[in-house]
Amino acid sequence: MQTTFPQLLLNHAAQRPAEPAMREKEYGIWQALSWADLATLVSHLSCGLHQAGLQKGQHMIVVGANRPRLYATMLAVQALGAVPIPLYQDAAALECVFPINDAEVCFAFAEDQEQVDKLLEIRDKCPQLTNIYFDDPRGLRNYDEPGLASVDELVAAGQAFATLHPDFFKTEVNKVQPGDVGAMFFTSGTTGNPKGVVHTHNSLLNRAKAGADFDKLTARDEVLAYLPPAWIGQNIFSYAQWLACGYVVNCPESAATVTIDLKEVGPTYYFAPPRVFEGLLTSVMIRMEDAGALMRGMFHYFMGVAKRVGPTKMEGKPISLTDGVLYALGNVLVYGPLRNSLGMSRVRVAYTAGEAIGPDLFTFYRSIGINLKQLYGSTETAVFVCLQPDNEARADTVGVPCAGVEIKLADNGEILVKSPGLFKEYYKNPAATAEVLTADGWYHTSDAGFLDAHGHLKIIDRVKDVGRIKGGVNDGAMFAPKYVENKLKFFSHIKEVVAYGDGREKVCVMVNIDFDAVGNWAERRNLSYAGYTDLAQKPEVYQLIKDCVEQVNADLSVDTLLAGSQVSRFLVLHKELDADDGELTRTNKVRRGFIADKYKVLVDALYEGRTTQFIETQVKFEDGRTGSVSATLKLDDAKTFAPVKAAA
Amino acid sequence: MSKKIGDVILDVKNISLSFGGVKALTDISFNVREHEVRAIIGPNGAGKSSMLNCINGVYKPQQGSITFRGKTFGHMDSHQVAVMGIGRTFQNLALFKGMSVIDNIMTGRNLKIKSNLLMQALRIGPAQREEEFHREKVEHIIDFLEIQAFRKTPVGQLPYGLQKRVDLGRALAMEPQVLLLDEPMAGMNVEEKQDMCRFVLDVNQEFGTTVVLIEHDMGVVMDISDRVVVLDYGKKIGDGTPDEVRNNEEVISAYLGTSH
Repeated sequence: MQTTFPQLLLNHAAQRPAEPAMREKEYGIWQALSWADLATLVSHLSCGLHQAGLQKGQHMIVVGANRPRLYATMLAVQALGAVPIPLYQDAAALECVFPINDAEVCFAFAEDQEQVDKLLEIRDKCPQLTNIYFDDPRGLRNYDEPGLASVDELVAAGQAFATLHPDFFKTEVNKVQPGDVGAMFFTSGTTGNPKGVVHTHNSLLNRAKAGADFDKLTARDEVLAYLPPAWIGQNIFSYAQWLACGYVVNCPESAATVTIDLKEVGPTYYFAPPRVFEGLLTSVMIRMEDAGALMRGMFHYFMGVAKRVGPTKMEGKPISLTDGVLYALGNVLVYGPLRNSLGMSRVRVAYTAGEAIGPDLFTFYRSIGINLKQLYGSTETAVFVCLQPDNEARADTVGVPCAGVEIKLADNGEILVKSPGLFKEYYKNPAATAEVLTADGWYHTSDAGFLDAHGHLKIIDRVKDVGRIKGGVNDGAMFAPKYVENKLKFFSHIKEVVAYGDGREKVCVMVNIDFDAVGNWAERRNLSYAGYTDLAQKPEVYQLIKDCVEQVNADLSVDTLLAGSQVSRFLVLHKELDADDGELTRTNKVRRGFIADKYKVLVDALYEGRTTQFIETQVKFEDGRTGSVSATLKLDDAKTFAPVKAAA
Repeated sequence: MSKKIGDVILDVKNISLSFGGVKALTDISFNVREHEVRAIIGPNGAGKSSMLNCINGVYKPQQGSITFRGKTFGHMDSHQVAVMGIGRTFQNLALFKGMSVIDNIMTGRNLKIKSNLLMQALRIGPAQREEEFHREKVEHIIDFLEIQAFRKTPVGQLPYGLQKRVDLGRALAMEPQVLLLDEPMAGMNVEEKQDMCRFVLDVNQEFGTTVVLIEHDMGVVMDISDRVVVLDYGKKIGDGTPDEVRNNEEVISAYLGTSH
């Protein structure tokens, strides 16, 4: 049944008024807010905002970390038929100007002094921004700006209004329709201005429900909300699904206490991008290196068992009796305490999304009994397009289409999606909308991929980056640079990779070693080196990288679509690719075209089959000075494998 | 932004202090108004810390008087000073390194705890309730100083900048009316200094606490103080707003030297 956000709030408040809706740790104690109290708070906020002049259809921005009153404000705005826009709390002041003016925002909720200062700074650029409400009054006592008031004052005013008009809130909530616009999210465009992605109450709640049904989420689940609420992922997990399921959302005390809070709360439903899982694993490994020999030995032995037995066990397949006993023992001695120390003792379902996750990292979590899975989606699709079922989680796919989703592949390999969760439009940008949302209801994801034999979706690359091999033995084969690069980057010794092959007869890559990992590796082998450039050119290092490349080639050879993307030649770069030199973007993505120009001699040498090549490169040091690095680089061949044709 | 600066709360008159033949302070007079941030600056050995030590009763000056809230003393008694509401932090931290952040700050509540040692140890009578009350006060300070992540960490394991924050927290725990800060930003990096400045200003504005601070970083002093006293070789050579002090010939020559 279609419904709206504020309607769901009223349902929870009526059905289970005393149960906790949210918890926030403050002054060292988890303070719970019940559904009934939340509903009262929201009704007062609504009345206050109505009195202050917020109208149906208008927008209000909310900026801040996950706090109960931030989510209450979103609900209050929606109850009036207005539209909340969460903005990233770490965005620079100037970045907020476009969204505020684009959506003609007059009302703002700001978490604290930092956010208020930001909004005041851009006020002369956004003259229509009249009302700013702050949650935490600290440091704001002496501010004397027109239109600046505390949320407390807003609630007090709303309470007075509500006493005089007791039916106002419910009447307003009943007027809101599921098809009305429910929220807007600005996506950080890589080029040009960000785009406002418009969602209706129904598109968000429909997907929230689909995801919840898929994993059988209930009101008894617990979530820790610690990623920015402006990110659709967090907003779905701690807002849309929160209201759809009625579980408890816990707000950490501060960004610095998340790991402590995680342990205290013990969430049952968890969501994080791969880098968070990587950070957690690294901290465990470092602590393990400092442990005593007995502990370390035990850890490594049982992690070996876990790696061998864990994945099979998680897939629900039978394992031998010995393995079963060993795994159970490991569970008591190692896996259980480890899960506890990660704050994941109670995790029933954990998701990672946003970027590709390394198979080792993925397997590590699954092997110690954490049900980590992947999903596929974006802001435009209200997250849930594909999800991995509990027993079929694999590192290289993103799962099966979930309820209501239809997937179709365009001729160029682009994934097209039809789903009840698709966005309505890009705000005030019909041209951009028409580009990705066709009249027959298909959304063009701009990702290339395919459905594998088991019906799982596999993402290859961005469509615009996918190329074709031209000439040679693999003529016409598909070439997905990022797919190849990622596969290589999953090796801890490799930091960055640039792959070439579009319109050429074979694939060649340039590799950046990870200085820490390879340096450490060299030290353990008593291999002396004078610095980055020297280390990068050691024959031993070339052999190390060659092994990685050939392993990737072996992997690719069994892939029917991408067997032609195997790497024929490679070299190890003499300097680290750096954003300061324009080789990476600020978010650390390789700029393939720029690098191809800058290192043209190297790329040519790779394709011309030379075995050494001299290069001199300008570099910019951190203090702004420039210098040059020169080296004679070796170029090496890698073994490729004949494509293995999967039996049809 | 404006705050109300009140009447004189602390008045130092003609203080002279010597150790044997060494004259640490000579005939120093200045006053501190309620709710202001008052800085004491001067080159090394100018007598800044000695001045603070006279105010909170560690040193007993040979001459002069100190008036606090209308009461005049020839010299202060350190226990009495604390009871009257003057708190301080130290240039070289004096925290209990093996104790947690909470326990360290809790020691700042010592004067306010009424139940005796036995009652506290056995948690009988009102002791438990009292501890909860004080713990709540401490939690507010932890929240204020944004050190929630280190509640239970032994202070000795924290980086220096955070230890300074805990030191400030302990001084705040006694809810002082006047806070004496001895080089709160010494040895800090730029970011830590900025944080500390914000905390000092927030203490001043949120709680109305009067702040007397010694500081070497001129940028910091000029930014956050309302008035500045300048000492050199135990003598007062300047007193006024940051701008007045900055343009004072004597101050310039004390800091930069003069050609003779």
